[in-house]
Amino acid sequence: MLMPPALRVLEHELLLYRRVWRGSIVSSFLNPVLFLAAMGLGLGSYVSQNASTAGAATGGGAAALGGVSYLVFIAPGLLAATAMQAAAGESTFPIMGGIVWDRTFLGMLTTPIRVLDVLLGKVAYITIRLALVSGVFFVVMLIFGATHGLQAILAVPSAILTGLAFTTPIVAYSATQKDANGFSALFRFGVIPLFLFSGTFFPIGQLPTILQPLAVITPLWHGVDLCRTLALGTADAPGVLIHVGYLGAMAVFGLALANRTFRRRLEL
Amino acid sequence: MLETSTAPLIRARALTKRFGAFTAVDAIDFDVAPGEAFGFLGPNGAGKTSAMRMIGCVSPVSGGELSVLGMDPRADGPRIRARLGVVPQQDTLDMELTVSENLSIYGRYFGLPRSLIRERVADLLDFVQLSERARDRVESLSGGMKRRLTIARSLINEPELLLLDEPTTGLDPQARHLLWDRLYRLKQKGVTLVLTTHYMDEAEQLCDRLVVMDKARIVAVGSPRQLIEQHSSREVLEMRFPVGVQETLDGALDGLGERVERLPDRVLVYADDGDAAAMAAHERGLRPEMSLVRRSSLEDVFLRLTGRSLVD
Repeated sequence: MLMPPALRVLEHELLLYRRVWRGSIVSSFLNPVLFLAAMGLGLGSYVSQNASTAGAATGGGAAALGGVSYLVFIAPGLLAATAMQAAAGESTFPIMGGIVWDRTFLGMLTTPIRVLDVLLGKVAYITIRLALVSGVFFVVMLIFGATHGLQAILAVPSAILTGLAFTTPIVAYSATQKDANGFSALFRFGVIPLFLFSGTFFPIGQLPTILQPLAVITPLWHGVDLCRTLALGTADAPGVLIHVGYLGAMAVFGLALANRTFRRRLEL
Repeated sequence: MLETSTAPLIRARALTKRFGAFTAVDAIDFDVAPGEAFGFLGPNGAGKTSAMRMIGCVSPVSGGELSVLGMDPRADGPRIRARLGVVPQQDTLDMELTVSENLSIYGRYFGLPRSLIRERVADLLDFVQLSERARDRVESLSGGMKRRLTIARSLINEPELLLLDEPTTGLDPQARHLLWDRLYRLKQKGVTLVLTTHYMDEAEQLCDRLVVMDKARIVAVGSPRQLIEQHSSREVLEMRFPVGVQETLDGALDGLGERVERLPDRVLVYADDGDAAAMAAHERGLRPEMSLVRRSSLEDVFLRLTGRSLVD
């Protein structure tokens, strides 16, 4: 009866999700299957071959991958990148829908629910979605034999945190947009470059020296490195602390920002 | 409870809403008594919706005083909203959910238990004649059905005060009459209604008392009958002339009634005896294509007060 208002918003989101959950789980499953098959196995066999012949001679390849197969190398990185993409998807169009298209947020706000409750309920729902996407991804990793020991499960909470670090700032941004045009710029100049150049597919040590510091400050690199080092068992405490601190700070800062942009947009 | 029957349910003093340099509501005063049907009548952009949104505690007050159900919207927004029903100008229904899901999730927003919600959903769907569509998606409903669903939704918490922002705009006459009937029944049950409209017939049908708003201010207050008595004559003679003739009439209309109003498409003569005015016009040799005598309406009041018609 005295359920916190944010949970009532979450209940609404779950009611909507109930209509689409099957399709959503299937695509959460197919996406890593396709990527791990094409990149991990397909491209991976070429990379490993190269690493063991020419790579061994020059001391590159396998050493840069940390002595594991390419499949095992990219799987945790892809997990982090997938969480980012899921977060971006859930934090853009559905927010626009609640404010501009169906205006369901406005409907909620004529009840005892407050603006902050709408925001928290929405973020809670996205967290659950991230957990589902990351969990299903991990199952696929197990099926592909892309894990390197049981500690690899730690990559799942890391991926959720990575997703949240993107969720709250993007939600804040979405609440400032008049229409969906701004989202294509966000994906084109934000999500996709991060996906390609944050160490997901190759160690950032392979980037030109001038770009390496740039990659190190991107949030996705922290997510990728956190997931990967935990999954491969090569993590050290200071590294984990920096990554978790960076991603956590981003999520909290984003939430504070989103509270401001939501209020400015919805409390007119 | 004795207290609430005498104290106003809504009390506004110098209530003001500003958006930057623009003043949408300019220091208006009004009271709404419990059980009353109270209307804001005015053209688009008069400030009606802004006033309603402040009463509904979704839009912060920019200046002046406002009390709703004896509480201050600034401090008690969620507690006030718990006892309000709101029908916004634009529907905020969830298109992806079914008719009954829309009602039940809304009940959950108020923190109502599921068992209670189940009972109320059945009753409300019956009340707005949507029981047969309970399992259909909202997307498939007509405009009138969506409006009825929005009204049903606003009643899920059994509100003491129902706020309706242009409840029937865009509906066909049949749908409007059905809605009016439902609103009238709610009023009979003691629910206080506050509504905005730019239809004078709606205001006349539903409102015990209303304020006429124009350019962010209240220009008149009273019951529909009082407003008509104060600001218009008993009857109106309407004459429509062939194209081009009205412009040539000049002084020919002077003194036909208490007042003559020239609209682009017709001439209105305000007189206590419309038939006598029509006779007088005929004697002066005026030959309108169409002429009719009717009682004064709120439209005439509005025209008198603002110099413009309600629906542009």
